[in-house]
Amino acid sequence: MNLTQMLFYLMAFITLSSALFVAASGSLVRSIFMFFITLFGLAGLYVFALADFVAITQIVIYMGGILVLILFAFMLSGRETLDRLKQQNNGFIGFKNWPSLVLAVLFFVVMILVVRKAMPDNLPWPKEAALLDQVIKPTDTTTGNIGVNLMTRYLLPFEAISILLMMVLVGAAHLSRKGESV
Amino acid sequence: MITLTHFMFISVALFCIGLYMVVSKSNAIQVLIGIELILNAAILNLVAFGKYDKMANNGQTFAIFAIVLAAATTAVALAIILNVYRKYKTIEPDRIDQLKD
Repeated sequence: MNLTQMLFYLMAFITLSSALFVAASGSLVRSIFMFFITLFGLAGLYVFALADFVAITQIVIYMGGILVLILFAFMLSGRETLDRLKQQNNGFIGFKNWPSLVLAVLFFVVMILVVRKAMPDNLPWPKEAALLDQVIKPTDTTTGNIGVNLMTRYLLPFEAISILLMMVLVGAAHLSRKGESV
Repeated sequence: MITLTHFMFISVALFCIGLYMVVSKSNAIQVLIGIELILNAAILNLVAFGKYDKMANNGQTFAIFAIVLAAATTAVALAIILNVYRKYKTIEPDRIDQLKD
């Protein structure tokens, strides 16, 4: 096992354990800050999939945007939320949560079996890509290519998503406006 | 060499943790975090398969689109949560049981 694999497994362990902590923790503040760690670990995993631009985007948008938004909503929604959260969450995984736990574990088992059946390492098209020298190598720089593709091949989805973003900004500002009820 | 199977196993585990949070939590913000975990699991798969597409960059481009969509979802959801809190003084989905009038 070389250094790359060790770092990959370390990153995967950090991501999964912090995600488990987010799910199991009784305190909302702790789970929000552990979610921060999960997102960082995921950005590291993107780097191991040789998608450095996506990793940077993940850090900028998720940590700069989404996490701050979540913290804002948490702070604006009062502290009685915290008290009630503490009341109902005594114990690691409360008794009333076990149906959802069973659901998640069963789904996990089914999905693992599906992935093992699908055998993604033996898919035909990645092998074809490897034959045609289409696999991204660790020494490549992909960012320029992504920019060119965004402006040519994926121009229509890019425009659609920009219009959607504008609509979302207007809608969110309208919804969170003070004054007369919406 | 890290194989695709490893990435898919990690993403399955993340998806199931997110599913558990969405189903079991009784706080709208925690449900939202669960949805973000599910979206991140999907993005991890997109990125992992995007490694085998050097010219078209399909996976990575749509991973970026998915990240932007997640940001848009969160912004609208948090605006709705703030409104709900203003009206009901709680953000537990179980206790919101009235329509407007």
